[in-house]
Amino acid sequence: MINLEIPKKFKPLVSQANQVATEVFRPISRKYDEAEHTYPKELDMLASLIDGMNEGSDLGGAGAAGVRRTNGADPSENRNGSNLSTVLGIIELCWGDVGLLLSMPRQGLGNSAIASVATQEQLDHYGGLWAAMAITEPEAGSDSAAIRTTAELDGDEYVLNGEKIFVTSGDRAALIVVWATLDRSKGRAAIKSFIVERDNPGLKLDRLEHKLGIRASDTANFTLQDCRVPKEALLGSADVNLEKGFAGAMQTFDNTRPLVAAMAVGVTRAALEETRRHLQEAGVEVDYSTPALSQSAAAARFLEMEADYEAAWLQTLHAAWMADNSKPNSLQASMAKAKAGRTAVDVTLGCVELCGSVGYAEHELLEKWSRDAKILDIFEGTQQIQLLIVARQLLGKSSAELR
Amino acid sequence: MTTSTQNDQGIAERSMGVGLRALNWLAGSDLLDRIRLRKGVERALFQTTKGGFRTATAAGRTFKAAQQLGKPARQKRSKSSGLFDVTPDDEQQMFQEACRAFAAAEVRPAALAADAESKTPPELLAQAAELGVNMLGVPEELGGVMHEQAAVTSVLVGEALAHGDMGIAYATLAPGAVATAIGLWGTAEQEATYLPAFTGEDVPAAALALLEPRPLFDPLQLQTKARREGGDWVLDGAKSLVARAAECELFVIAAEAEGIGPALFVVESGTRGLAVEPEPAMGLRPAATGRLLIEGVRVPGGALLGEGKREDYVACVNRARIAWSALAVGASQAVLDYVIPYVNERQAFGEPISNRQAVAFGVADIGIETDGLRLAVYRAASRADRGEPFEREAALAHRLATAKGMAIGSEGVQLLGGHGFVKEHPVERWYRDLRAAGVMEGALLV
Repeated sequence: MINLEIPKKFKPLVSQANQVATEVFRPISRKYDEAEHTYPKELDMLASLIDGMNEGSDLGGAGAAGVRRTNGADPSENRNGSNLSTVLGIIELCWGDVGLLLSMPRQGLGNSAIASVATQEQLDHYGGLWAAMAITEPEAGSDSAAIRTTAELDGDEYVLNGEKIFVTSGDRAALIVVWATLDRSKGRAAIKSFIVERDNPGLKLDRLEHKLGIRASDTANFTLQDCRVPKEALLGSADVNLEKGFAGAMQTFDNTRPLVAAMAVGVTRAALEETRRHLQEAGVEVDYSTPALSQSAAAARFLEMEADYEAAWLQTLHAAWMADNSKPNSLQASMAKAKAGRTAVDVTLGCVELCGSVGYAEHELLEKWSRDAKILDIFEGTQQIQLLIVARQLLGKSSAELR
Repeated sequence: MTTSTQNDQGIAERSMGVGLRALNWLAGSDLLDRIRLRKGVERALFQTTKGGFRTATAAGRTFKAAQQLGKPARQKRSKSSGLFDVTPDDEQQMFQEACRAFAAAEVRPAALAADAESKTPPELLAQAAELGVNMLGVPEELGGVMHEQAAVTSVLVGEALAHGDMGIAYATLAPGAVATAIGLWGTAEQEATYLPAFTGEDVPAAALALLEPRPLFDPLQLQTKARREGGDWVLDGAKSLVARAAECELFVIAAEAEGIGPALFVVESGTRGLAVEPEPAMGLRPAATGRLLIEGVRVPGGALLGEGKREDYVACVNRARIAWSALAVGASQAVLDYVIPYVNERQAFGEPISNRQAVAFGVADIGIETDGLRLAVYRAASRADRGEPFEREAALAHRLATAKGMAIGSEGVQLLGGHGFVKEHPVERWYRDLRAAGVMEGALLV
């Protein structure tokens, strides 16, 4: 039975998240946009609250509960689970502020990775700590298979050497999940992730970036120099399986891409709602039954943008729903990310144009949202990477054929 | 495809524009026999004379109420479990699969000729009627098969048929729009009079005529007027791109009704003052579109559909937009399914052109936008079935169908290059058809 609405059982979660966004995020949104690199201490209390939400419930908070897939569920039964609830929560929180969501203690991508693949021992040891994720290197962005950071086994320890950039919450987190290769000659299959504690003497903070947007979120660059971690810090299997190795690492993206799509959907909606309000004050009502071309140009433009938003919202929920129902969703996850990412940029910038100087000036948040939005079409796979993935799937091509 | 069919088609198409004089000249020419074009032109002549002059509407059957219910029968609203779900129910899947199979086996193979001849083969229409596509909106009490509202089912049917061919889908589904309008909003008498005809074997050609021939048409600001005269209504105006106008036996016509606002009127063909003239368009040609001329058409007071409520009329406008958007989904998917093997097989610079990002990204975008459009259409339709407000969702789905449908039609041709421009491949037809999604109002209904 087709029903593409927010599930009834998640409505309390959505309204809770919306309250957080309204009462906590929005009031401090501008403050931490201006005070880049200052820790938003207001989030500490909130983080404890979210921790509570994550514990043993369907309600996934900001996504750090991980996105494990339940197997063995009756395939004919329609499930609405943590993938969907997480996406819905993130949409609301990012309607509040994307940078602050990314700064939520213990809600890092590293937490998501740990929660998704860690063993029980690792969970016991590292659980409850804030974990950031370090993949990108100066010479390896989208091409994460080309990373040069190495991990060499030395007795009971791995020794990590290399350089990592664009680590979200890298300075604030207690743990950094570092991607490194066990053997550069083995290619993708040898790439593994390692949990590094922030106070490890081999992990040196080089600098914090000054950014276009999401300035509440700190972005760190590190050097790893003879950084020694215990053998048990390796996440997942140590085997270099040429068949499966990298595919396994990449599969976590199928689960996390809808989360980034959700961030994009949230900021897009924020901009649309604000713009609708400004247009109303200016005497422009957007009418749904009158043809767009028979309304003002502003209303027609708004309708076009809202239509793209609608598609992005639905595609994001669809991708998460597929994950909840154990359906392969790599195609839908990338479609959602591509659509939501470009829509966020187009719509937030379009809203600035519609609102004129009110949109462009810092009195309002519209200009900030259009700066925040751009990263959502870049991280967790750029627009171009998503198009590559979608195209390869649709055309049945390998990454060697379609490069 | 043979060269002669290509030529036939060219002449047939041109003749629809040039009119009788040129045709008469062509028909008298020996040239036709010499280059064996006679048959094609005669066919074109038939098309043109059928509508080259203004003609009265088809004679039509007599519609008579068999048994009348005390109050109008209505399909029930569907109920939701409250869970997010993208899977159609079993009944819907059944219709979907049947229509997909029919579209693949019968519609697609007939599409090229139907486009060239501006006619959908009658046997195809009969087969579609057999599938039940015209009675999805008929309540069970009146012989229908769906006990719940069928907007989602209609969307799935429209999508599947349009994957075969959008123009044939229009020709096929147009009568069902009239049945659905009467089933949703008609009085008990209107239902009893007209609906049984749509459940039998001989479904009448019928059309829901909203669109008017003018730029910036707004279905809420109609130029077709209905004024009261005694107990009767008198209608004046014109309606555009009416499917199979010349053979229609029944019309539901939108007019600005004196003292009421925009409303729908049930008008039988053959009513004095109704006339049709051909209005062939860039696409949707299998639907043999015509212009309906309405001059002092007098109908009884009971011709006003239902109670003439504004909300019913607005719902009609929005349900039609969902229906056209559904057709755009099917045609867009057809483009995607067609270009994939083409770009994989077509070689340039020593490798398949799909190895190039410029080509591959075009395919990816068609996939992404078709997916988003489809979900938007499903959402709007499912809200309608549950009796929830769907004005916003219908409008947004229609915006997507208008913008993305056109872009997909264009990209489909572009990806085939020069080959996309010629009729050896169907993408040029889809280019023409997909533009209709943003132009059409009314005509189809979910």
